[in-house]
Amino acid sequence: MARWTDDEVAAAVGRTLRGGVGLAAAITLAGAIAFLQSQGHRTADYAAFRGEPVELRSVGGIVRSAGHGSALGIVQLGVLCLIATPIARVALSLIGFLRERDRNYVVITALVLAILAFALAGRV
Amino acid sequence: MSALELSGLIFTGAFAAGLLGSLTGLGGGVVIVPLLTIGFGVNIRYAIGASLVSVIATSSGAAAAYVREGYTNIRIAMLLEIATTLGAVAGAALAAVVSTQLLALTFAAVLLYSAYLSGRRATEHLPVEHSDPLAIRLKLNSSYPTSAGEQPYGVRHLPGGFALMGVAGMLSGLLGIGSGAVKVLAMDNVMHLPFKVSTTTSNLMIGVTAAASAGVYLRRGQIDPALAFPVMLGVLAGALVGTRLLTRLATRRLRTIFGVVVALLAAEMVFKALSGRI
Repeated sequence: MARWTDDEVAAAVGRTLRGGVGLAAAITLAGAIAFLQSQGHRTADYAAFRGEPVELRSVGGIVRSAGHGSALGIVQLGVLCLIATPIARVALSLIGFLRERDRNYVVITALVLAILAFALAGRV
Repeated sequence: MSALELSGLIFTGAFAAGLLGSLTGLGGGVVIVPLLTIGFGVNIRYAIGASLVSVIATSSGAAAAYVREGYTNIRIAMLLEIATTLGAVAGAALAAVVSTQLLALTFAAVLLYSAYLSGRRATEHLPVEHSDPLAIRLKLNSSYPTSAGEQPYGVRHLPGGFALMGVAGMLSGLLGIGSGAVKVLAMDNVMHLPFKVSTTTSNLMIGVTAAASAGVYLRRGQIDPALAFPVMLGVLAGALVGTRLLTRLATRRLRTIFGVVVALLAAEMVFKALSGRI
């Protein structure tokens, strides 16, 4: 496996961040247009906190909901893509540190990734 | 109000926040929660969820540019992200049991601190030459580009900086903000990193910190897609325009305006919280 320099990792991190935000914005915009066309006339009231339906709360639920063509499901998929962008950046750094054979930072990065996975999928 | 009208108004407000945030470099995330709660009567629990989304968007967009310029220290970011993400998960868990009044009052305190910071001039100090042994072992010292070529810098007081980062993460998870000011405080004042390294590294860390909080908020049903899209797209569009017309000339006056707006929002938030309307 070819070694990576810090500069190459930095360039890859930059591309990941820009690409992730662009993709998230595109998906969200598509979902938003669909939502406003079909449900834009509805009354919006957010004074009381009710909580989102179950299908918009988990990674699996969101992917299924968007797959069925639900407008809000597609928006939430865009949001999920945005949340995944910094996480992908950390995963990319993990690959970078593995290639640099920097054991300390492989452990540090894996720990950050584990905390992020726990936040998104664990029980808090 | 219809969903169409509300998203149009929120988009406009978020656009202004993104524009002002990128022009002043202070981050617009801190005004999203007051905009939604005071401006549009949105429940603070939804508002914090939407704000986190905007924080990830602006941080990732800006960090993409900074990383390539060579100021960002990816190793420092990664190490301190252990503290910010743990703090964020703890803060997000705490937010579930804290009353909306107390959330609003804590938020107002952070707003006032941000207003105070926006009025202060950043002090540029010389980079330190000697690093702590722990910082050297973790290869944290690096160099950054200046007009006189690459300037090496050292890293001090790692444990203190790490602890303060935990607090920054906690505030981020509790209030849905980026806590950029606290992060810069930890790196600039405590760890003695050069200012430009502190601000760009902080920016990179904000996205990961907010992603940790956002994961918890998403599973708790606090991220509403119909609120998230106008906030996210508005802030991104504002930040994009802001970086295009970045004129250094008016920055000072803009910072003052930002400070005054933020202080007024804080006062309004205290008033609403104490009269039980938040």
